[in-house]
Formats: sequence, C-alpha cells, structure tokens
Amino acid sequence: MQIYLPIAEVSVNVFLLLGLGGIIGFLSGVFGVGGGFLMTPLLIFIGIPPPVAVATQANNVIASSVSGCFSQWSRGNVDFKMGLILLVGGFAGSTIGVALFSLLQSLGQIDLVINLSYVVLLGTVGTLMLIEGARALLMRRRKVTAGKLHTHNWLHGLPLKTRFRQSRLYISALLPFTIGFGVGVLSAIMGVGGAFVLVPLMIYLLGMPTAIVVGTSLFQIIFVSINVTFLHAIQNQTVDVVLALLLTVGGVIGAQYGSRAGAKLPGEALRLLLGILILAVAVRLSLELIVPPEDIYSLGTPS
Amino acid sequence: MKALRSLLLCGLIAAGLVFPARSASLVADLSNHLVAITSGFVGVDVLLFGTVDEPGDIVVVVRGPERAQPVLRKSNVAGLWINTARMTFESAPAFYFIASNRPLEEIAEPSVLSANQFGVAHLQLGLPPGRAGGRAAQEWREALIRNKQRQGLYVREPAGISILGQRLFRTSVHLPSNVPPGLYRAETYVLQDGQVVAAQTTPLSISKLGMEADLFSFAHEQPAAYGAIAVLAALMAGWLAHLLFRRN
Repeated sequence: MQIYLPIAEVSVNVFLLLGLGGIIGFLSGVFGVGGGFLMTPLLIFIGIPPPVAVATQANNVIASSVSGCFSQWSRGNVDFKMGLILLVGGFAGSTIGVALFSLLQSLGQIDLVINLSYVVLLGTVGTLMLIEGARALLMRRRKVTAGKLHTHNWLHGLPLKTRFRQSRLYISALLPFTIGFGVGVLSAIMGVGGAFVLVPLMIYLLGMPTAIVVGTSLFQIIFVSINVTFLHAIQNQTVDVVLALLLTVGGVIGAQYGSRAGAKLPGEALRLLLGILILAVAVRLSLELIVPPEDIYSLGTPS
Repeated sequence: MKALRSLLLCGLIAAGLVFPARSASLVADLSNHLVAITSGFVGVDVLLFGTVDEPGDIVVVVRGPERAQPVLRKSNVAGLWINTARMTFESAPAFYFIASNRPLEEIAEPSVLSANQFGVAHLQLGLPPGRAGGRAAQEWREALIRNKQRQGLYVREPAGISILGQRLFRTSVHLPSNVPPGLYRAETYVLQDGQVVAAQTTPLSISKLGMEADLFSFAHEQPAAYGAIAVLAALMAGWLAHLLFRRN
C-alpha cells in the first residue's frame, strides 16, 4: 500500500516505513541507543530527500527520548544543572546548525555535507564498536581493574568553575557548554539525537557517573531536538509529520520487542553485529561519494 | 503572470486569430480536467480525444508549469564526487509530453517544429542570455532533459496518436506518481502541408487534495504553528509510549 508523503512529495510503501521504524526501534530496544544515526541514512536510501530525512528524524528523536527520559527521571538519574548547561550550548549549536543547513541547501551542497558527516561518524563509531566487541569476545574472562574516578588535566584549569552536586563534579561550565554546542550542530545537520557522541564525552571527558549520564543526555536531547524540529519547520519546511508518525508507530512497537529480546540475547555478539551494520551503512554512503556517478549532472530544487 | 500570458496567447491561437489565412475546425478535450494527488496517488493516464473536420496531422503537447530549474554538475575533488558547478534554466516546464500521428520530422520542417516547441530538442528552457551559446550550454541543456526523462517527467519518444476515419483522434497521456502539481496545458495542433492550421488549448489542473494538500499548505503558510504541532505530537507519542512500556 503506497502512501503519498505531503512534505517529502514522494510515494512510499506504508509497510516499508512501518517496518523500517520497527527494525530501528527493535535495535534501539536491544542496544539502548536512539537509532537516529541509522534511520536517516536508511530514509535517504529509500528515496526520501536528505533535508526531509534529517528534519523528520529530529522530530522522531523527540518521541523516543521523551519516553526514555521519563523512566530515567523517575529513578532520579537526571542531573538538571548539568543538563541545563548542556542544553544552553545545545540551543546555540543547533540554532547555528540549522542556519548552516539552510545556507548549504541554497549552495546545493547539503547532500554532500550530510553524507560526509555520516560517513565520518558511522565509520568511527562502527570501527570502535567492532574493536570493542572483538576485544570483549576474546577477553571475556579478564577481570576489569578499577581506574581512578577521573584524572586532572588542563581541562580543569578552565574558568567558570561550577559545582555539579548530583554528578559529584567541580568543573568549568564551559566544558558542558562546548560539548552541548557541538552535539547541537550535529543534531541540526544530521537529525540525530547525538547520544552516541554525547554519552562517551560525558563519561570520559567530564567524568560523570555512568548511571546519571543516560538520563541527563536524554534530557538535553529532548530539548535540542525540539529546537531543531521547530527551526527546520520554520526555515526549511522539511518536517514531514506523516512520515514521522509512521516511523514512530513502527519504532514504539519495535522497541517493545527489542528490549525484551535484548535481555535474552548474547550482548557481545549483538554489539559486534551492530558494529558491522553501522560500518556497512558507512561503506554504502561512502561509495556514493567515491564511485563515479552514472550522470555527473543532476537537478536541483526548482523554484 | 508568464503562465497567464502564454495561456492568453494560446487562447488567441485557439480562436483562430493568429492563423487567419487557413483554418480547420478542431475540437479536443481531456477525459479529466482535474487530477487529484491524494495519499494513494500512483500516477494516472489521462485520455485526450477530439475531432477535426479536415484531414491533417495531429500533434498533442502537454506542458507543466514553467519554473526556474537549477542543474548541478559534479566533478572529482580529492577523490570525492562533489557538485562544483550550477546553471539555472529560468523557465523549464516541470512536465513535457508530446504525441503525434506520425514522426515529427515527417510532419513539418525543423523551423516549424522549433517555432512551436515540438519535441524536447526544441524546448525553450530560458538559459540566461549571456550563457546561451556554445557547446557547454548545449551540454547543460541535454543534461536537464536527460535528468527529467529519467524522472519520467519529459517524454523520451513522442507517443502515438490514433486517428479514426480521418476525423476522430485520441492519445493517452501518462502522468507519473511524481508529477509536480500546478496548472498544465494540453495543446492540440492540426498541421496541413507542414504548417499549423488550427490549435486548441485545454487546461489541466494537477493539485494535491485532501489531508496531504492541507498539511503541505499548512507547513508552508504557517511554519511556526506547524512546527509547534509537530513537536507536540512527538511529545505526546513519546509520553504514550512511556505509558505503554510501564504497563508491561
């Protein structure tokens, strides 16, 4: 059954979209990741115009992070002070990111920038996951030695030092601001929540306790994706609510089964599989940049 | 304005004012004057039929609204294929279809084909004056036509027209699922001895209808309200999902 998407202006099979939402939802249920970084490239593969794919996915991220954040909040795992500073940076970053997006779109380079960002990011994340997964499989028996909570370096010499009670940290407010800013830009250009960048930075760079990281990052992601969705709707008119709705429905159902399956399946092998999947998408995207195109001429958006 | 002016001109042609010397009486119509793009739209065939009182050749042209159409060219920069050049055609029809009862080159001289824009090779696309000449311009032109043909929006080969008893004629116009909305013109021409002796224009409106149309115009006319609703809907969906998860 075909459905005509009003903003993307293409006809797509309803079950393909529901299925896509379901599979990504399933994966996010199993691994506890947002899945936006896989969804946007897949939407582009099935023929959704890249600007619409990005903006609509940002809309979708709101839904998935709200449900996640509620459950973290009820367990007291959100550091609101840290979240707010990340958020201020995120607002600034995403606002500039959307403006940059409009500029690149008018220059005809937005598809290239989206594609390149994904190749770099997915390539890096996929490779890291593969290495991590392989190591975990090989050294399953090895005991983990506890390191220092965090180490002191030049980052701790920055001004505007602030106490974050819940995270048990005393660091410069500039650090979370800068991280929030960078992830905000990514969110605007790639339509991802950015948890897969945000979470490692919060753990390794800020030294936040792992338990609080997920809830706090979700808190920031909700509001940044609201900003991104809203600004894309105003400046580029690229948010497709019909597409978002279908993906969300599929995603909710998929995530249900995913989180149940995740409890039973062998985690390390799955992580390895996800790494391979992510790398495959990165390779597929990079081929589009490297392989000589069939026709070097293409049509821009008419006006 | 431009569309209106050319419609008016075609009206004049139809009224026989432009070809006062000879005339053949022509009546043509479409099976469908309004094509609605709804949620299940997968393309449609529209029948153009008519009658002419004198024997002659029939040419049917269906054109979409004219728009500024940029064409991009990639080149290899440090191993990556990147758009590095752009050319904007000021008035390329969004859609172009042509049908004739026999090959166009047998019907009329190239000068006549060109004057009436019969065939993709004779389309006026509105290249900026300073850049209209030379081989490069020809390449850009061919690129636009080739890409439009690949999208199914420009006809590859003129379609056929069947004529019954030298009086009745009919042809089928295929509008693909990606046909851009707008005001289209279906032009029917009668040619005798390689000259146009009668012409008629029938308007064809292709528009989004129903929820799709409402959402599209809402998103473009009140983007702030649309964005706010999109955000609210997502928040609601997330909250509902949270309730569902908790119950299980």
